[in-house]
Amino acid sequence: MFSKKSNTYYICVFFFSLFVLFLYGPTFTIILLSFQGPDGGLTFPLNGISTYWFEELWRGGSVVDIGSAFKRSIILGVLVMVLTVVLSVAAGLAFRKKFWGSNILFYTTVASLIVPSIVLSLGVALQFRLIDDITKWIGTSLDISWINDSFQTSLGMYSSGLGAQLTWTLPFGLLIMFAVFNRFDKSYEEAARDLGASPWKTFKEIVLPLIAPSIVGIALFGFTLSYDELARSSQVMGSGNTLPLELRGLTTTVTTPIIYALGTVTTFVSFTVIAISVGFYLFLKRKKGI
Amino acid sequence: MPNLFKIKPSVGLLSLPYSLVFIFFFFIPLSLTLIISFWDYNEYSIIPDLILENYRYIFENCFSFENGMCVTFKTYLSTFAFCLITWFFTLIIGFFVAYFLSFYVNSLTWQIALFLICTIPFWTSNVIRMISWIPLLGRNGLVNDFFLSTGLTSTPQEWLLYSAFSVVLAFVHLYTLFMIVPIFNSMMRIDKSIIEAAYDSGANGFQVLWNIIIPLCKPGIVIGSIFVITVVMGDFITIGIMGGQQIPSIGKIIYVEMSYLQLPAAAANAVILLFLTLLIIWIMTKMIDIRKEL
Repeated sequence: MFSKKSNTYYICVFFFSLFVLFLYGPTFTIILLSFQGPDGGLTFPLNGISTYWFEELWRGGSVVDIGSAFKRSIILGVLVMVLTVVLSVAAGLAFRKKFWGSNILFYTTVASLIVPSIVLSLGVALQFRLIDDITKWIGTSLDISWINDSFQTSLGMYSSGLGAQLTWTLPFGLLIMFAVFNRFDKSYEEAARDLGASPWKTFKEIVLPLIAPSIVGIALFGFTLSYDELARSSQVMGSGNTLPLELRGLTTTVTTPIIYALGTVTTFVSFTVIAISVGFYLFLKRKKGI
Repeated sequence: MPNLFKIKPSVGLLSLPYSLVFIFFFFIPLSLTLIISFWDYNEYSIIPDLILENYRYIFENCFSFENGMCVTFKTYLSTFAFCLITWFFTLIIGFFVAYFLSFYVNSLTWQIALFLICTIPFWTSNVIRMISWIPLLGRNGLVNDFFLSTGLTSTPQEWLLYSAFSVVLAFVHLYTLFMIVPIFNSMMRIDKSIIEAAYDSGANGFQVLWNIIIPLCKPGIVIGSIFVITVVMGDFITIGIMGGQQIPSIGKIIYVEMSYLQLPAAAANAVILLFLTLLIIWIMTKMIDIRKEL
């Protein structure tokens, strides 16, 4: 049907390679440029080769507190990852049967993916602003001293920030679960049930090992999407910015390759996480032997 | 068997934590946005009210065309233009890549590997992927170097970076994946024997593509299009960074109004943006049933 030797085959391979180059080329350019000497600029030619800009980054030279932003992003990423896995697997199990409100929940999931991120970010920011106002009002009217003395805002990384990111990662998790259960062979768990296993035991011993590779996929989405999330986080992180938010600020102010060095570091983190996930996925897949 | 009856009521409850997240971080925030868009405000606070001032302000001078088009219409027009151009290129490229992966790559392992290669950038930072165009497209970038050294142009080209061109380029770079995934998914479901039958009956490659593959990929194309169009509609980061903060977008207007604490005004803009986005999606979903596609 599609002969491997035909000209169109090679033309297609050529265009596909071009696309891959288009995808990765720019990133590798900045990785290359981040290893410049101290006199290097934002463009080619390469001015010597050194790790100067990484050392500069490490020292925190001329850049806002990247270290703590980095730490915050990692912590939040892990938190979002765990919650995304647990909540979407649980919801995925629920969705195997029709339940009250399942249609609404499904359409909400889809809607959450396509609602403009800035709108959601604004909404969450408004909500927490109102919560603040109400809290302060309660504080003054009931004369609660800790509110009056120390309460600033409920807006923050682990409240509004976490929630806003979950509205972005959870839908991916649930859609992956849908894809998994649409292709899931029910006979294994039916067999377990027939043999007298409890629902929890059936889940733990049969379903979980079978869906484990996909759970790694959900975890990957959960972490990486949170780690790089920007639009939904933009209004709701409170005082502590995550790495992408800092990065975005830096694009307008920094004119040295230090920003490329930072880019190289973040990309390295992402690639490491992806590699670990893919490795883990393949390992589980092989272990399963199906 | 008794166990089955025991679990029945609790299975749906497993979706409760998931639902709570969406109630608290999706439904309430969006409802509040709608409500607050009718509120009043001053320099430091928002005031509960029921006024249309925020909406009136958005469309001020929009319906008398004496002084040309108003800012709001101009901004939406520019956003729609970005949507259309980005949609066109992501569709062409996404369709091609999906087509290549599903019909030209024969082994499943290779299909998965190449598909993964297309997906990996999606898991890396968008901002980094945007700024990575600077060394290529900037005034002293590689492309300009090439232009100058070959004598194609005598001065560095300014339209390459911080322009509408670089915005579209970044969109295509970032979001073609949103087309590839659903179209690839649709194509993998096509029964290869249908295509063989068509060839056996004398159809040529183009006829097979036009009469069989494209119609069967319609759901994937629609889902991909919805993703790309909505993401461009609400964007302010890509347009901001790649447009050198010079090109207007609705997202940017909302963002600026928020930074000046004009929250009800921002909310009104958000409501209009959301309404238009939903309208577009509604028109597109008329064509397919998303749930069948997973």
